[in-house]
This record gives sequence, structure tokens and C-alpha cells, in this order.
Amino acid sequence: MTLTVDSAASLPSGPPKHFLEVRDLRVAFPTGDGLVRSVDGLSFSVERGKTLGIVGESGSGKSVTSQAILGLQKGTRAQVSGEIWFDGEELVAMTADEMRSLRGNKLAMIFQDPLSSMHPFYKVGEQIVEAYRIHNDVSKRAARKRAIEMLDRVGIPNPDRRVDDYPHQFSGGMRQRAMIAMALVNDPQLLIADEPTTALDVTVQAQILDLLRDLQKEFNSAIILITHDLGVIAEIADDVTVMYGGRCVEQGAVRDLFYQPEMPYTWGLLGSMPRLDRDRKGRLDPIPGNPPSLINLPKGCVFNPRCRFQDHVSGSACADTRPDLVEAAPGHSVRCHIPVDERHTIWRDQIKPAL
Amino acid sequence: MFRYIVRRLLGAVVVVFVVSLVTFFLFSVGPKITGSSPAYLYVGKNPTPELVAAIEKSFGLDQPLVTQYAQYMKGIVVGREFSDGTAEGTRPCPAPCFGYSFRYQAPVWDLMKDRFPVTLSLAVGAAILWLIFGLSVGILSALKRGTLVDRIAMITALAGVSLPVYFTGLVLLYVFVYGPIRFLPPPSYTPLTENPFAWFQALILPWVALAFLYAALYARLTRANMLDTMSEDYIRTAVAKGLSRRKVISKHALRAALTPIITIFGLDVGALLGGAILTEKVFSLPGLGYLAIDAIGKQDLPVIMGVTIIAALFIVVANIIVDVLYGVVDPRVRLS
Repeated sequence: MTLTVDSAASLPSGPPKHFLEVRDLRVAFPTGDGLVRSVDGLSFSVERGKTLGIVGESGSGKSVTSQAILGLQKGTRAQVSGEIWFDGEELVAMTADEMRSLRGNKLAMIFQDPLSSMHPFYKVGEQIVEAYRIHNDVSKRAARKRAIEMLDRVGIPNPDRRVDDYPHQFSGGMRQRAMIAMALVNDPQLLIADEPTTALDVTVQAQILDLLRDLQKEFNSAIILITHDLGVIAEIADDVTVMYGGRCVEQGAVRDLFYQPEMPYTWGLLGSMPRLDRDRKGRLDPIPGNPPSLINLPKGCVFNPRCRFQDHVSGSACADTRPDLVEAAPGHSVRCHIPVDERHTIWRDQIKPAL
Repeated sequence: MFRYIVRRLLGAVVVVFVVSLVTFFLFSVGPKITGSSPAYLYVGKNPTPELVAAIEKSFGLDQPLVTQYAQYMKGIVVGREFSDGTAEGTRPCPAPCFGYSFRYQAPVWDLMKDRFPVTLSLAVGAAILWLIFGLSVGILSALKRGTLVDRIAMITALAGVSLPVYFTGLVLLYVFVYGPIRFLPPPSYTPLTENPFAWFQALILPWVALAFLYAALYARLTRANMLDTMSEDYIRTAVAKGLSRRKVISKHALRAALTPIITIFGLDVGALLGGAILTEKVFSLPGLGYLAIDAIGKQDLPVIMGVTIIAALFIVVANIIVDVLYGVVDPRVRLS
């Protein structure tokens, strides 16, 4: 029993059923070399209080997706189509000004590198106050009080003094906490975290993830966590979307993705996690080849040039036909030509024992 | 902050001292190597050894170099007197005495003091012009990147950077003064205090010629800085906060993009205060640069030395001002 959810005919239409619902999102950038299709028909949804992890290599379209949700491509040459339903409102068709009143307010984002993401010339407090006062008509004093509260909430010691520090006086972890405070200052309902822990060292990473989880419980916000680190996904996500070449190749609950992954690319990602409990040779099993060019995507399955399981598919479907995103089990969709039973066998016999 | 300024000041004193030392010995040792005494420059066409010796004595040129340097420095602080070669005649040179020019029959300081207002007028006027035009064109170009406006601005700027002042200056002079239009009278410098209108008339073309060169440089620099800054992560953060584009540019981008310009502006103005040789020469403006180039032609060593030291002083002072300003603008500098 398979259900096609990707072809245009069966795309869900009408009012959204989820808090955030992205339908057939496409983002393309015209360049001198051709049209770069960064995101090509991506659909997913997130509920309040839940966390969606988006995983993929560099250039798989993760960050472009988050920018599209925030409407950052409005007014640029990027071509955005599809639908993004957020709390009953459609964002793709919104004007830049309407989008701006949502941005930083109901929708907030934290970025990868907390040092370069804060303006070096303004005090941490000033930057949080600014974020608060854009969307709230309050006095500077009230906003400052709010900023101190937020700094305290994200675990900055002595927030009433540190509020007047400059970003370079903060450590990396504290800066990311301050960025989180800034993003949460307007109680956003959706928080997009673009590789929030990549630039931090491991112990600080864990603290930041804990903090995000606590804050999510407290504010009941939806979180989209973009990362290439499966460890982070395992730690915090409820659902996972695996992206490759601008499209989703596997989607499901976090348990399914780790215990019953079905797409060869996901197997590759799991194999790329270094394991210290193996001998040196078996510790790391990288995926051969490079991510595809987004201008000239491979024919057939986008992953086929790097896939070593094509002999499980009869004929040349892998090289000729784009596989659809098909539900393999309830809530678990996979884009692969290999028959479901065969995938389970490969996973059980070849992949899992080697992980 | 206070310690920061004190440290910069001490550094500056050392730099000026070293410059004076190098300049002095360059001009004193040079003639010694070629075997000609500076005294020959003062004695006329048929020097007798006695006359040369007398002049050397009256200028202290027969003393060891270190003594001469000490006397020179002492002259700057307390002044000194030169004998004019006859037994009784003396030429007073009150402090700050940078030597005595026998070509002009005047203390070097007086010569420089007379010329400085010209150079100051030229530099300040041009600086205001190029700052206004350079920055606004650069910012506009960056914001309209890739459009026709940007291309025209950058091609004009390329022309401005490539064309030397003696070319643009002469073209301006031809078009507005000596050519068919005759819009302005031939330039002749009049002090601001005497006749502001004549002052302005004499300086407008030099300002434009000089400012064109610098405005072009500044436009390119501002554009590059602005583009760099606009792609910074903190600009993306500012946009993600929901700030309007206008606010993002005026509050976040400009401040960061223009900070490095302070440095260059300070140094450029400092350097120009020591004389804009080409511009002054082309427009016959009697400024420090004109004095210096004239002195070089006439081998008037005390004047060359005086202008060199003063020019160095301006650059050093400009440097300090820039450093302090930078500390005010960029909090990261303040604390380190």
C-alpha cells in the first residue's frame, strides 16, 4: 500500500491542517550560468510544541528553505512559488511589508555563527531592545527591562550588568544564548534555528540544545532545526526531513529515520557519523562523490550518481525516472525506486551491521 | 580610554623625533658625501674658500652633525640667530625656528606660516567636497549594484582615479578660465579674511580637481565596504528582526561600512595639509606644496627640511586623531 503525496494532482489544497504547512515550495535563483533550483518541490509541516529537523549536506537547500519561510527573498531576484501556511496565513503571496511585521515577531530565527550574527558596534542589550521595540510600542526603559529578563531566562549570569556588554565581551556560548534571547523576545510561535550549534564546542552545544528544549516547553513554539549533524537531530527533533539536491528524499518521525531508514542517502548520512567504538578503518564511511549541481540536476533519481544500490532496481529507472515521495509506512515517506521489502532487507543485512 | 590616548601620544612624539632625525641627517650627510657644502649654495657664482668657510662658520656647518642637530632642535623650541657673514650683522630667527632661508631672506617658519592658510583652504574645501560626493556615490552604487546608475558611477570613478590632477586641472582651467567660456577669472589666491568671494573663486577649480581624484577613490572604497557589510551575518540578523530596509542600511550597515573610511580620510587630509604639490603647482596656489617644490628647484635645504618635518607632523597628528576616533566608534578597539 503506497500513497503518492508528491505529484501535483494529489497536492493538498485548501485550508491548512497544520500550524506550519509548506506545500510544494520552489525557490530558484537566475544566474549567468542558468537557473539554480535551490529548493524544488518541498513539502512538510510542523505543529506547535514540536520540532522538525531538516538534515542535508551543504547546498541541499536547507537554509534557502528557512529564508523562504522568513520571506527574506522578497524583493530579490529569487523566484519563489508554492505555499507556506503559517497559523492560517499564506506567506509566499504576502507583501514584503506584511511579511516584515511577522518577521522577528511571530516568526524568529537564530543563526549559525553567533559572533558574526551580532552587530559588533552595538551593545547586546541594545540589539535585543531594538528587536523588541520594532514590534512593541514600549519605552526604552521597559524594553531594557524585558531584555534583562530574556538574558536571565536564557541563562546569562548577572544579566543586569551583561546587558551593557558588547558582543565581543561574551563567550561563544553566551553569544548564542543572547541570540536566542533576541529571537525569543517577542514570544515567536515559530523559531527557525539554522545550524545553531555548529560553531560551538560540544559541551556548549548540549547546553544550547537543552535550553532550546526548555524554552520550547515554556512557550509552546514550533521549532525548525536545520543541521547537518544527526546527533543534534537525535537529541531534539520529533520529525525529520532529509534533503538532497533541493528536494526531500525521506521524511518521517525521528525514530523511523534512525531505526528504519530506507533511502540510500540516509544510510550514507548515518554511515558518515564517526564512531569511536570502531577500529580506525571502520569509524567513518563517507558517501562517495559530491552533491549535485543545482543548475543541472541528474536525470532520474537525483541521488543516482552516488548511489551504490541501483542494481536492486530492475531496468534503468534510477537513471531515467524521478522517483516520487511515497509513503512506505504511516508517516514515513521515501523517494526511492528500490522496492520496500528489498530496502528493508538491505538495511537489515548490509547497512545496520556496519553502522 | 585615557591610557589608550596617552600611549598614542607617546608613540607620536617618537615618530616625529625620528622623522626630524632622519630628515636632518639626510640633508646634512648628503652634501658631505658629494663633497659639496651647503654653504656653496649661498655664496654666489665665484666662491672663495675663505667665504665658504665664513658661511659654514656662521651657519654652524663646521660643527659636528650631532651638535648641529641639537642646535636645530633647540632653535625650534627657543629660537636662534644667524650671522649674515659680516661681523656685526645678525638675522634673528625666533622660535619655532626651522632654519633660515637665504634665498628668501626669511626664517623658514615665516615662509611656511604665510603659505599654510592656502594649503589649509585647499585641503579643507576639497575634503568636504570629496567626502560628500565620494560617500554618497559609493553608497548609492552599492545599493543599486549592477544597475546603470552603478555602472556609470563606477566608470566615472575609474576615470577619476586614473586621471592625474595636472590633467583634470588643466582641462578645468581651459574650460572655465582660458577657453571659450571664460566663466572665472584667472586664479589668483586671495585670503578668505580679505575677500571671501575672491577666495572662493580662486579655489573652486582646485577644489574640484583635487576632490574629483579623492571622491573617485572614496566612492569605490565606500561601495566595496558597503557591499561587504551588506553581506555580513549581522545585517541578515537585522533583517530577520523585522527592521525596515531603510533602518537596516542607516543604522546597521552604514556605521560598519563607513568606519574604515575614517582612517583613510584622516590620513589623506593629514597628508594634504603638508602641501598638495601638483594641485598647487597647476593652479599657481602659493601653498606649502608650492613652497616645497620651489625650494627643491632652488636647492633651498632649510625650506625643504622645514616643510618635510611639518608635513610629517600633520600626518602623525592626523593618525592620533584617527586612532582616538576609531576607539570612540568601534568598541572592540576601545578595550584592547
